Amino acid sequence: MADSLDAYLVLAGALFAIGTFGFLARRNAISMLMSIELMLNAVNLAIVAFGSFIPELKADGSVIALMVMAVAAAEATVGLAIVIAIYRNRKTPLVDEYDAMRR
Amino acid sequence: MRAWLYLLAAAIAGAIITTPALLVYVLGGGTVDDALFASLATLMLVSALAVVTMRDIIRCGLAMIVSFLALAGIYVVAGAPLVAAAQVIVYIGAISVLILFAIMLTQSKAGPASLVFQTQAVPAAIAAIVLAVLIALGVSATDWGEAAERVRLATSALATVLFRDYVLPFEVVSVLLLAAVIGGVFIAKRETEQEPD
Repeated sequence: MADSLDAYLVLAGALFAIGTFGFLARRNAISMLMSIELMLNAVNLAIVAFGSFIPELKADGSVIALMVMAVAAAEATVGLAIVIAIYRNRKTPLVDEYDAMRR
Repeated sequence: MRAWLYLLAAAIAGAIITTPALLVYVLGGGTVDDALFASLATLMLVSALAVVTMRDIIRCGLAMIVSFLALAGIYVVAGAPLVAAAQVIVYIGAISVLILFAIMLTQSKAGPASLVFQTQAVPAAIAAIVLAVLIALGVSATDWGEAAERVRLATSALATVLFRDYVLPFEVVSVLLLAAVIGGVFIAKRETEQEPD
């Protein structure tokens, strides 16, 4: 099981689907950001699995995974700053109450 | 009375973690790596489900840390220990703390949301299940041309590739991080000149 690429990829797909559900279904903006982190982790798992099973990608997989982590850190910083800035104005973290442009 | 409940919860969690390992190792005749993989994968999926379904958002954040930790273990099993170390440092050490602080800054005592999910939660669940099934079918139908077993990679070889072939993306990522830090401070900064609180 640990020696087959398919197991890692199916696991990554399951984690990505869980993150998709969380992003679509949760009301809290920070929950949606956590779901995005789960999806980024799923992609990273797929990249690392490809890197360790396909000989041509031997080191490139790990390097790309490290880059994805750095970009995810930048995304989390800016996303949480935006959520905090909106919370300061609207006093709620729930995304379905951010309806200023619909009224 | 509460102590028994906590003990029961700990026993159930331990059973969830160890049962797949025992099933794979004893009944399935797998190796130790297989047992570790089954155990960590189950822990990761269960805690990820807890992240997207639990009501208390602080508990969601803590479950997310458990999920990241299990994923770091899976990286070790996959043969990428440096990525696992970076996962622990970056995700558990930095991003999780950032998210926990943001949770504490934005949750109002007035009313923790009684309704956790949007109205489109059921279609979202169906879409997510369909997505997972499609990915699994696509993965199993494709021939990836993979090696029969994992390639273990020395950290020095990884460092050589990182600092020789990928040096430009490395530097660009450092500039991106600097820009993100400045942008985050600028966006979250309180504007005292215009509207003093």
